[in-house]
Amino acid sequence: MISLQKINDILSDQRPESLEELAQEASFVTRQYFGRAISLYAPLYLSNYCSSHCTYCGFHALNKIKRIKLSDDQYHREMQVIHAQGIRNILMLTGESYQHTPVKYLKEAAQAAAQYFQGIALEVHPMRVEEYKELFAAGVDGITVYQETYDRTRYAQVHLSGYKKDYDFRRDTPRRAAQAGMRHIALGILLGLSDPVTDLFELYEHLAQMEKSYPGVEYSVSFPRLRPIKSQEFMHCDVDDMVLTKIIALTRILFPRVGINLSTREEPKLRDHLLEIAVTRMSAGSNTSVGGYALLPEEAQDPQFDIKDERSVAEIIHVLKSKNFDPVFTDWRRIENNV
Amino acid sequence: MTNSPLIIAGKEFKSRFFLGTGKFKNKKEMAEAITACGTQLVTVALRRIDIERHQENILEHIPPGVTLVTNTSGARNAQEAVRIARLAKASGCGNWIKIEVINDSKYLLPDNVETIKATEILAAEGFVVLPYMYPDLYTARALVKAGAATVMPLGSLIGSNQGLKTREFIKILIDEIDLPIIVDAGIGAPSQAAEAMELGADAVLANTAVATAGDPALLAKAFAQAIEAGHMAYLSQLPTQRTVASASSPLTGFLYDIPAKN
Repeated sequence: MISLQKINDILSDQRPESLEELAQEASFVTRQYFGRAISLYAPLYLSNYCSSHCTYCGFHALNKIKRIKLSDDQYHREMQVIHAQGIRNILMLTGESYQHTPVKYLKEAAQAAAQYFQGIALEVHPMRVEEYKELFAAGVDGITVYQETYDRTRYAQVHLSGYKKDYDFRRDTPRRAAQAGMRHIALGILLGLSDPVTDLFELYEHLAQMEKSYPGVEYSVSFPRLRPIKSQEFMHCDVDDMVLTKIIALTRILFPRVGINLSTREEPKLRDHLLEIAVTRMSAGSNTSVGGYALLPEEAQDPQFDIKDERSVAEIIHVLKSKNFDPVFTDWRRIENNV
Repeated sequence: MTNSPLIIAGKEFKSRFFLGTGKFKNKKEMAEAITACGTQLVTVALRRIDIERHQENILEHIPPGVTLVTNTSGARNAQEAVRIARLAKASGCGNWIKIEVINDSKYLLPDNVETIKATEILAAEGFVVLPYMYPDLYTARALVKAGAATVMPLGSLIGSNQGLKTREFIKILIDEIDLPIIVDAGIGAPSQAAEAMELGADAVLANTAVATAGDPALLAKAFAQAIEAGHMAYLSQLPTQRTVASASSPLTGFLYDIPAKN
């Protein structure tokens, strides 16, 4: 595996020719293993109830926002809107609350989603193996869980209370999900929260460990990043576009077959260019508020993060095709999951 | 060696080039490549078939007359491969199935043991089963017994374009197995496909190389011609491939010498 020093050298190398060389290599590897296929998905926020206090998150427990949890009828309406846009892979999210969004609730939501979508993934609070097994049997194939930062000190500084405070339980989540049979597991770090060199090194170690222990899982990684905004005093550093590009290119070279996600947190221009280098999965037509697709008017919405790429699914498809990419809606056909 | 036609499950194939349909830029380029090379058999991953969306449905872009083989990509064990195959049949994709059981997302190597199990179940259900496998003689024999229609050994890792890294082992399958041997995976250039055919393979399946080429239709055509050339070379009994004893006996001829009289 790559050394900490080597990652540092690559990320701090300012020469344009080094960056171009890195990007060229990443692009070659991406085309070899993924062709020009880009998988599309959409997030669906089910609930913003949260019992954790993470300083960087709009949903955190102490934030005075309107708390909503979608009812059965409500998430059906949201799913119908997303389905009508052509999306077939859904990522369902909640705040971290065992109390408000227990396994039973998530199972019911997954069973509803199975009526509309082929790929169902969850980004919710970490759970135990038995709970993941129940969800797998209910049709959930993927789990997304970001460590945010692998630096224990920083982790403790930004995760002040709640379940998420438990670093080790979170770090071990991908293993438990894999043990339960999940097909797709997404890892990630929140860039800007801590030193990117160390975090990247630790993420690579984690991913390599997972690949070795659970080779049958399809892995993907995400690099969401915090951007400097007033009042975000928890930011550690600003990861600019240049560094983000290097991180994404380097990840592709080291992990040729791993999916790389890029969310609508990023500007359209950057997203479009990073597709040429290494990104293979993107969300489209996203709304990051609970009830944001069909239920609430925009002024009543409290998004988890602000969306920079507001293009609709149809627009994204158009852009992808014009750039000779093949937008992929289904990369899985749901079968009965036996535990 | 006679130029007998390639027959799989009673169906005759004039072209010995089979094409996978993943990784193309768009459906149009895929369709053009299929037409240009004259392939009569294509594989499609069920996971990529969007039944509901007609415009995006890959099946709408496959010319009539081309045999569709659905693959079980995404299956991690025999049970999942069987479920995917049944789902493919129920979705109207026919009963020709390429079994791919892969439980390693890093190397994408097939699991031979699970592949045998899935072949057995699906062949008994009446599927025409084309199992993708790591070239191992015992596995190939078990696949024959399980009712496979062909055996599809890998040349090298999927998508690696490394060519016939398993050459010697594929040769053993060619010599010992009576089913058609279709070399699949890792074939990155027409010369590599020709090599497999010269060795005596019955057909070659390629995908990544063609789909990611600058001009997929042109490369697909080049593959088809190289495969035809390689097959002709095999039929010609290439001098370099002769493994049986030669007519002249430079090493043992002395045994037949008439002893000189003293």
